[in-house]
Amino acid sequence: MSETNETIKPVVGLEIHVELATATKMFCRCRNRFGDPPNTHVCPVCIGMPGVLPVMNRQAVEYAMKVGLALHCTVAGFTKWDRKSYYYPDLPKNYQISQYDLPLSADGFLEVPLPDGTTRKIRVRRAHLEEDAGKNIHDKASHTGVDLNRAGVPLLEIVSEPDMNAVEEVLAYARAMQRLVRWLGVSEANMQMGHMRFEPNINLHITRGGRTFKTPICEVKNLNSFRALERTVAYEIQRQHAEWQANPEGYSIDKVGKENRGYDDEAGVTVFQREKEEAHDYRYFPDPDLAPVLVSDEWRGGLAAQIGELPLARRARYMERYALSFKEADALTQDAPTGDLLDTAVTDGADAKRCANLLLGRGAAIANDRGYSIAEVGVTAGQLAELAKMLSGGEVNATAADKIFVKLAETGGSPRQVAEAEGLLAVSDAGQISAWVDQAIAANPKAVEDVRSGGKSQKKAFGFLMGQVMRLSGGAAAPAEVQRLLQQKLGS
Amino acid sequence: MTSILDLSAVELRDAIACGELSAVEAARAYLDAIERTEPRVQAFNEVHADRALARAAQIDADRAAGKPLGPLAGVPLAVKDNLCMTHGRTTCSSKMLAEFRAPYTATAVAKLEDAGAVVLGKTNLDEFAMGSSTENSGFRPTRNPWDLSRVPGGSSGGSAAAVAARQCVAALGSDTGGSIRQPAAFCGIVGLKPTYGRVSRFGLVAYGSSLDQIGPLTRDVTDAALLTRAIAGHDRRDSTSVPRDVPDYLASVNKPIEGLRVGLPGEFFSDALDAEIGAAIRAAAGAYESAGAKLVDVSLPHSRIDRDADGKLSSYAVACYYIVAMAEASSNLARYDGVHYGHRTAEKVEDIVELFSRSRAEGFGPEVKRRIMLGSYTLSAGYYDAYYNKALKVRRLIQNDFDRAFEACDVILAPASPTPAFRLGEKTSDPLTMYLADIYTISVNLAGLPGLTVPAALGRDGLPIGMQLIGPVFSEETLFRAARMYEQAGGVRRLTPPAMAP
Ligand SMILES: [Zn+2]
Repeated sequence: MSETNETIKPVVGLEIHVELATATKMFCRCRNRFGDPPNTHVCPVCIGMPGVLPVMNRQAVEYAMKVGLALHCTVAGFTKWDRKSYYYPDLPKNYQISQYDLPLSADGFLEVPLPDGTTRKIRVRRAHLEEDAGKNIHDKASHTGVDLNRAGVPLLEIVSEPDMNAVEEVLAYARAMQRLVRWLGVSEANMQMGHMRFEPNINLHITRGGRTFKTPICEVKNLNSFRALERTVAYEIQRQHAEWQANPEGYSIDKVGKENRGYDDEAGVTVFQREKEEAHDYRYFPDPDLAPVLVSDEWRGGLAAQIGELPLARRARYMERYALSFKEADALTQDAPTGDLLDTAVTDGADAKRCANLLLGRGAAIANDRGYSIAEVGVTAGQLAELAKMLSGGEVNATAADKIFVKLAETGGSPRQVAEAEGLLAVSDAGQISAWVDQAIAANPKAVEDVRSGGKSQKKAFGFLMGQVMRLSGGAAAPAEVQRLLQQKLGS
Repeated sequence: MTSILDLSAVELRDAIACGELSAVEAARAYLDAIERTEPRVQAFNEVHADRALARAAQIDADRAAGKPLGPLAGVPLAVKDNLCMTHGRTTCSSKMLAEFRAPYTATAVAKLEDAGAVVLGKTNLDEFAMGSSTENSGFRPTRNPWDLSRVPGGSSGGSAAAVAARQCVAALGSDTGGSIRQPAAFCGIVGLKPTYGRVSRFGLVAYGSSLDQIGPLTRDVTDAALLTRAIAGHDRRDSTSVPRDVPDYLASVNKPIEGLRVGLPGEFFSDALDAEIGAAIRAAAGAYESAGAKLVDVSLPHSRIDRDADGKLSSYAVACYYIVAMAEASSNLARYDGVHYGHRTAEKVEDIVELFSRSRAEGFGPEVKRRIMLGSYTLSAGYYDAYYNKALKVRRLIQNDFDRAFEACDVILAPASPTPAFRLGEKTSDPLTMYLADIYTISVNLAGLPGLTVPAALGRDGLPIGMQLIGPVFSEETLFRAARMYEQAGGVRRLTPPAMAP
C-alpha cells in the first residue's frame, strides 16, 4: 500500500425523535393535535402553571413499549421520570420531563432493508419517552410568540449506535424507522407535521499509511426532512474530509472532541454553532411528582403479543407464499393496513398476484396523487377480492378492472354493480364477438395472410388481429373468447 | 356566655347545624376579630370578607331549606397563601407572584369548601414556604400572638398565628420540613403533617415536591381529626396521592389506645434541646405512663444531633433535608422567569437571558435565591453524586431507622423544636442557625411519615411549648388517639394568648 493510499469510513449514529399519536398529551388530558390555531390545546398542566401536577398517560408508555419491543430492546421492568433543566421560552416549566439513566427500552436493533435488497442490522442503544416542548413563532417584528399546543406531546427519542457507514444506510435506517412506527400504529410519522426529527452524529475514520485518524464527532440538531438528513450527512463527510486534509493532526477527535453544527437548508450546508457552557449541564434528577413505572411481565407480554408480523417478515412471506417480486412485496409492506388489505382479500379466495397488481397499479397511482398510503385509497378488502375474482374468471379484462378500481375508490359500491353500470363487463356472447372477428378479418387481409401462411410473422400477426378485435369491442370482449373464435375462423 | 370565638370547629359546626348560631354570625365574629387583631398580628395576605359572608349566607339558606349540611358547614377557616384558589391571588408571599391568580383551586381547599367550610382569606408565609419564622415573607413578617416581639414560626406562620389569635377556627398549612408543626408549637396549637401521599398536593405551589404535604392547624386534636378526614384521600390529579381509604378519624379520636407503646429517641434528648422543653416532654411522657402507656427507648442514629467544639449543632438529617429540598426547589421555581410566570423586570434588557436573570433577581427574596443557587449547585454535573445522590442514601438510612424504631413502639414522642418562639431578627443574619429550627421535624418529612404537634405546656416566660408525636405511614388515626389521650390526661388544650382574648 502506498503512502497516499487512503480509505475513508464515515461513522454515523442517529437520534430520531418520534411524536407518538396518542389521543391526549403525555401528562395531561389536552388533545394531541397538530395544525390548530396556537394555544388551543393547552391546560394548566401542559403550560406548567404553579401548583399543578403531571399525570402519566398510559397509552404513551404502551406505544413506546411497543416500539421498544419491535426493536428487540430490553424493556425495563423499572423505569422512572427525570427532569431535564434548561431555560427556554418554549419550555413552560423550564424543565422537560424525560428519562435519563433508566430509559424505557435499551439494547435493541433494527433490521434495515438496503436498496440492493440486502439488510443490515443497526443497533439501537436506547429509546426513551419525554414530553415535547412548544414552538416559538417569529412572525412579528416586535416580539416572539410561543405556541404551546405541542408542549407535552409524547416524544420517543430513539438513539442508535454509530453503526452506519454511508449516506444510503442512514437514509435507509431513517425510512425503516418511519415504516416501523407507522406499522405499529404509534405515530403518523409525517415529516411535514414535524412528527419525526433527526439528529445525526457524524465523524470519519480515515486510514492512511497504516495510521487511523478520527475526525471530531459533529452533531447536527433538528433536521426535519429526509432530504435535509441526506444532504447533511453527505455534506459532513465531504467537509470533514476537507478539514482533515488541511490539518490532519489538529482536526481530530482527541483535540477537538465534539462539535455542534446547524443545518442551513437554503445553502445545503452545516454551520458551526457555539454552545453556551451552561447548556451542557441539564441538572437531571428524578421527577418527584411522578411515580416510577413498573412494567410487569404480563403487561410487556400483552403488548408483545399485539405487535404481530413486522415489515421484513411480511415482505419475505409475500415473496415466498404469494410469489411476488421483491419490488412488489416491498411496496406492499410500506405500512401495515395495505398488507392487511391484500392478506384479507387472499383469505377471501382472491388470487394474490391479481390483487397485488390492482393495488400497485391504480391503487398506488391514486395513493401517490393524494399523498397517502394505498390502504387509504378507500377500496376495501371485500371489493378487492371480488374484483380480482372477476378478473380471474374473465368477467372483466385488465383495462376494465382498472377503471372499476378507480370508480370504487371514488364512489364505492360493489365491483359487479360498477361494472354493470359502466358497461365494463366483458362481452362473452359468441355472436357479438364473432361479428367483431369477421370485421377484423375483412379489414386486415395482410395479417390474415401472415397467420394462414404459418411463417415467421404468424404469432405477431395473430396478436395484431386480437388487438384489432379488442379495439372494435371497445375493450369489452372477453379475450379468451376472442382468441378461440379467431383461431377457429383462421383455421390456425 | 362563651364567645363564638371560643368554640372549636366541631362545636361550631354543631351549633350551626342545630340552629343555635348562624354561619353568617360565625363568619362575622371572625371577620371582626381579624379587623381587631390583624394590625398587631399581620397573619393575612388577603381577607375575602365578602365572599366569606356570601358563602356563610348560602349555608344558612341551605339549612333553612332543609338541605343536608357538610361536616364543616359554616366553619370559618384560613388558607396558607401557597394553596391556589380561583378567588383572589395566590402569592406565596413572594413579589414574584404578587399578582398571580390561579384558574383552579387546590384539591384540599376544594374539599374543605365542599364540606361547607367558609374560607376567610389567605395567610402569610415565608416566601415560597422557605423559612422557619415567616420573616422571609416578601411582604411583611407575621408576629406571634403570644408575644408580638417574637416570630410565629414558619413557614405556615400566618396560619398558625391566625388560629392562635382567634382570627379563624382552624387553617390549612403546608409542611416540607416542619412548616406546620414548628409554627403550631410556637403558637400553642395543634398541627398535623400527614403521611406523604395522604393529602393531594394538587394546587399547592411546590417547594420540595417529595417532602411537601398539606395539613391542618387547629385549636385541638379533635378538630385536627375533623379537618384531616375532610382533606385526605386519593386525587387523580396528583399521582403521588395514595389510593387508600380514609378512616373516620373523628369517630375514633376519643378512644384511648390500650397498651400504647411510646418511643423516646435518645438522640432527640441531647444537650441541644432547651432544658425547659426537655422537661416538658419528659413530663408528657410521665403523663402517658400514668395513663397506662408503656415508655420505650428507641434510637434514630441518622437523625442524631451533634454539637461541635464551638457549640454549633449539626445533623445528617438537616444536611440531607436541605440538599433534597433545595434541589427540588431549584427546579420547581425555574418557571418564575418573567416570561412564563412571575414578575418581569421593567428595565431594558439586551436579550432573553438578561430578561430571565433580571426578573428573577428582582422577584425573589434572598433566602429563595440562596436555596435556588444551592439546589442548582448540588444537581450540577460533577457534584450530583457527592451531594444529591448521597443525600438520597442518607434519606434511606433515616427511613430505615424509623422502620426499626416502629418495631418497638407505636408512636415516637419528640420535641417539635429546639427552643420556644424566638425573637424577630434573632436568627435572620445566620441562615444556618435558622435551619436548625427544623432539627426535630425534618426527618419526619424525609421518611414520609405523619407527625402531629400538640401543646405540651406553657413555659416560664409565658410561651407555649409543643411536643411532637410521630407514627408509621398512615397511622394518623393512632396519632390523633394518642394525642387526645394526652389532652385528657391533663395536658394543655385550647390555649389562648392573653393579648388576643376577645
Ligand atoms: Zn394540557
